[in-house]
Amino acid sequence: SLVQLACNSSKTRSVSVDLNNDTALIIDIPDALCERDKVKFTVHTKTTLSSFQKPDFSVPRQHEDFIWLHDTLVETEEYAGLIIPPAPPKPDFESPREKMHKLGEGEATMTKEEYTKMKQELEAEYLAVFKKTVQVHEVFLQRLSSHPILSKDRNFHIFLEYDQDLTVRRKNAKEMFGGFFKNMVKTADEVIISGIKEVDDFFEQEKTFLLDYYSKIKDSTIKAEKMTRSHKNVADDYIHISATLSSISADDSTAIKKHFEKLADLFEKLRKVEGRVASDQELKLTELLRYYMRDIQAAKDLLYRRARALADYENSNKALDKARLKSRDIPQAEEQQQLCLQKFDKLSESGKRELTSFKGRRVVAFRKNLIEMAELEIKHAKVMLTMIYRCLFDNAYAIMKLALNVVTSRPFP
Amino acid sequence: MSSPILETETKPAAAAVVKPLVEAAVETVAEPVAELVEEPLDEFDDLVDLSTDVPSVQATAAAAAESPLVEVEAETPSEEACEDFVDLSGSDSDSSQEETLLEVPADSAAASSDPQDVSTALPPGDVATGSAAHEQPGALLEVDIGQASANGEKQPLSEDLFFDPLANLADAGPPPTAAVKQPAPPPQQQQPPQPPLDLFEDDPNDLFGESRHAKSAKQQPPQPSSLFGEVDEDIFGEPLGAPAAKKAGNMASREQRETTVGTKTSGLGGGGAGAGAGFGDVGGPLNNNYEKEPADIFSEEAVTIAPTAAKAAAAASSSRTNGVHGAAEEGDIFAEATVELSLDSPRADRKKNTTAAKPSTSATTLSSAADLSKTHSASLEEVNSHVCIYIHVHISASTSIHTTLAMFRTKTFTVRRRFSDFLGLYEKLTEKHAPNGFIVPPPPEKSIMGMTKVKVGKEDSSSGEFVERRRAALERYLQRVVCHPSLLQDPDVREFLEKEELPRAVGTQALSGAGFLKMLNKATDAVSKMTIKMNESDVWFEEKLQEVEAADQQFRKLHGMVESLVVHRKELSLNTACFSKSVAMLGSSEDNTALSRALSQLAEVEDKMEQLHQEQASCDSFSFAELIADYIRLLGSVRGSFDHRMKAWQRWQDAQTMLQKKRESEAKLLWANKPDKLQQAKDDIAEWEAKVTQYEGDFDRVSSTVRKEVVRFEKEKVKNFKRQIIKYLEAQLKAQQQVSLCSDGV
Repeated sequence: SLVQLACNSSKTRSVSVDLNNDTALIIDIPDALCERDKVKFTVHTKTTLSSFQKPDFSVPRQHEDFIWLHDTLVETEEYAGLIIPPAPPKPDFESPREKMHKLGEGEATMTKEEYTKMKQELEAEYLAVFKKTVQVHEVFLQRLSSHPILSKDRNFHIFLEYDQDLTVRRKNAKEMFGGFFKNMVKTADEVIISGIKEVDDFFEQEKTFLLDYYSKIKDSTIKAEKMTRSHKNVADDYIHISATLSSISADDSTAIKKHFEKLADLFEKLRKVEGRVASDQELKLTELLRYYMRDIQAAKDLLYRRARALADYENSNKALDKARLKSRDIPQAEEQQQLCLQKFDKLSESGKRELTSFKGRRVVAFRKNLIEMAELEIKHAKVMLTMIYRCLFDNAYAIMKLALNVVTSRPFP
Repeated sequence: MSSPILETETKPAAAAVVKPLVEAAVETVAEPVAELVEEPLDEFDDLVDLSTDVPSVQATAAAAAESPLVEVEAETPSEEACEDFVDLSGSDSDSSQEETLLEVPADSAAASSDPQDVSTALPPGDVATGSAAHEQPGALLEVDIGQASANGEKQPLSEDLFFDPLANLADAGPPPTAAVKQPAPPPQQQQPPQPPLDLFEDDPNDLFGESRHAKSAKQQPPQPSSLFGEVDEDIFGEPLGAPAAKKAGNMASREQRETTVGTKTSGLGGGGAGAGAGFGDVGGPLNNNYEKEPADIFSEEAVTIAPTAAKAAAAASSSRTNGVHGAAEEGDIFAEATVELSLDSPRADRKKNTTAAKPSTSATTLSSAADLSKTHSASLEEVNSHVCIYIHVHISASTSIHTTLAMFRTKTFTVRRRFSDFLGLYEKLTEKHAPNGFIVPPPPEKSIMGMTKVKVGKEDSSSGEFVERRRAALERYLQRVVCHPSLLQDPDVREFLEKEELPRAVGTQALSGAGFLKMLNKATDAVSKMTIKMNESDVWFEEKLQEVEAADQQFRKLHGMVESLVVHRKELSLNTACFSKSVAMLGSSEDNTALSRALSQLAEVEDKMEQLHQEQASCDSFSFAELIADYIRLLGSVRGSFDHRMKAWQRWQDAQTMLQKKRESEAKLLWANKPDKLQQAKDDIAEWEAKVTQYEGDFDRVSSTVRKEVVRFEKEKVKNFKRQIIKYLEAQLKAQQQVSLCSDGV
């Protein structure tokens, strides 16, 4: 399946993060093309910065390129004190595809109308996934561009400007394994350095908070995903019910026909709204939680790097003590110790700044999204209410007429 | 005690009435309900007036105030099957004497906390809600509002206590059902107090003037065969006694509201339903609507039955238009035609609060049932290691009006029946009536799974739901039976309703020898059905048969869909609950206070949403899926009657062939000139001619029955679907409320 998507139309901008609109460097992804498993993004940049050759240009990029950019940023020593924006997750078109497959199998049991609706629903879902994918990639770049330090990164500029395929090599098996191993080491290391006494209260608090928050938000994300999924199921059930009802009404030749029709109609409308509720919830709530889950992970990584630096500093202190004891290599040890201290101080300083701004950003984003979600839900609830009322009114009206007929048709004694 | 409510009752806004009730309420759960009431009035004033009975809350509140017909029974069986009764009987506002029976048998665990809610003699709403607050498992509370004196005896509810206030009914408006008792109702009651369209806004004052009238009228005619006490019982008992067809998963507050009003009409069958309908409408604050509907249906059915056509029509029109109090009287007039009947739920809720508030009140309205009332609540307990679901059949037939109902000895009586008795009744009825083309309403199917669950899983909430489901199904079944004019005449039906002890029904076990025989019969029937080739003479039947077949298919499909919807909704509810908890946790660890508050608010909202989803799920399953299941079974019966019609046709054809043969042989005899045998041949011909005519008649009868049945079928469908929509409406109202709460929080 090949979906061409113009994101420009009806684009909802960066749901999950609130970015300062710096006009010096504006990045968006106006276009994306989905071919089998690969998604090709067109990254469009508008800039007033002189470091770029042109003020306005577009380049084709793939998901792997984004990952590469993220990894290089993480590995850059200078950025150790920064929260590196989380890498966008890999596009996942499996679940809608699987559903489509299932639908094809169950085609025989459905009416044509029902099938078409289900298909439309799935296509919409597919499109939503696609849009979401584009969005997270865009958000990643926008986060970078709005960051005072990261926006000046060399690799970032290459990523934006180089008009050929970056042809980033996919990680081979060894590297994959290496990454896995590195993670293991990191986890073990985290455990080891967690024993080191924290010197700064701010970081101590931040650490406990983030650890706690991360586990909670992860849980919430999973639950929210489940919730939205079952909400979608309910909406899908409405399709079947509506279709069955309308086929009943088609077969029916009596007075009830109209009622069934109306009810089918109502269910159809309800289905749409219910579907909207589900997708809004998905977009505003689940996506928000998901994004911040990743963002908090990034913040945690920063803390880890700082803790690592602290551990290094302590080690260098010890080394210095040892050197003094043996009165050997004192200058080197001193230098080492100074270096570590500097690094640690720098990390602490920028880390503090980053975390504070992160917190503010988080609160603002949550606030914005929750309010939007609430507004949407209210809107949907009102729409549904009106529809139900109308249906009810229609039915009640019909019943009233029926009653009047009875009254007039029966002779009084 | 009722003054705050009386003050507000004249205000047009229903919310105003509900508010005081709710504000005073102990439980905050009730709050959304009040808001719900406000909401529709604000936004959809006319619509609501027309269709959702919200205004009737007003009347209800008033009714509750003047004559507190409020009975709440909350039961939760204790581990050892001993119940605590707390009975606050509704006291008249006039009658100062108040007595309460606090029954605290062996298990007094709950007793200590019960009285404090109960004895405070709050306005009805309060007590009701207060009792909702009781969450002791293992306590059976029967709460009738208002009276407060504890007596610790271990006796079942004595009904005189309950009806005491009724003796001095003089000022308190008795429920409109009083009119049932009138052989010659005064003119006002013969026509609706207001033109049908105005009926939507029942004015409380009007209402009470009316019912007062009814009361006085009631006392004039001598009551033929009954004690005065019984009359009162009836009056009082009918609105009260109808048990709510309660959904297990209902929110406590809702239930409380329903029970507070004390107008369960789902239990009222037949003509009594007319009255019940009126009253039910009054009573249904929000969610009662759907409960009330069955009554409507049956009042409509009564229309088809009742000979007094005009009145019936008027009543039907008003009850159809939903929420007409004045119609109650009309309904009563033709209440004669049928039997009011309700099933009291055994309520096997060995579980907590939410389902606990179920009113099983009919028992308390009956003097004869007084001692039963206790056992019935425990009826789910083992009897001979076999779990019996005893269903209370509450009949109140008004002998004074309709002669056909003189067949019932007393007006109100209660019997206990096992599930297999219902099946036995069906067997008998099918045997007798099905060949005549009547559509015998089928009882719910045996569910070995569900039953086993009930037997095994004591603490399972689904078993309570199962019992409730079955109770409702059986009730609908019985109502269908008694609404059938011919079936009602059947001695078996009467015996079933009246007789204290029924011989154990045999052959209803699915796995017994009789069951096997039945299966064999069915198989042979199916074979013969295939072999009979009927060239259909009547196009109508051909079409109908096709229609029924198609409808059967469609309904089956729809049923499957709705079931899956229920499953998904339950899933959704579960997931929402998880999410709510999770968000609450997240909120607790959030360090930004505003955000933390918003998150916990969100958690709260999600929590409510969860309840809402659950409610919707049970609403789907109870009022939608169950209905469809009913119709699938009914369609089966319809098909059965088609088959019988076909058989009748076959007999007719056979007879005709035989007649032909006889005629031929007569001709032969004539030709052979054998006069001795000629006479016999002529007799044969005459006999077969008679048979042909008879079979033809049978055939016609079947046709008319089927036609009639189809009409009823459709009417019922209209009602039921309306009910469903109302249900959705309420649910969405709630959703909207809660969501706006969410936005406030953020």
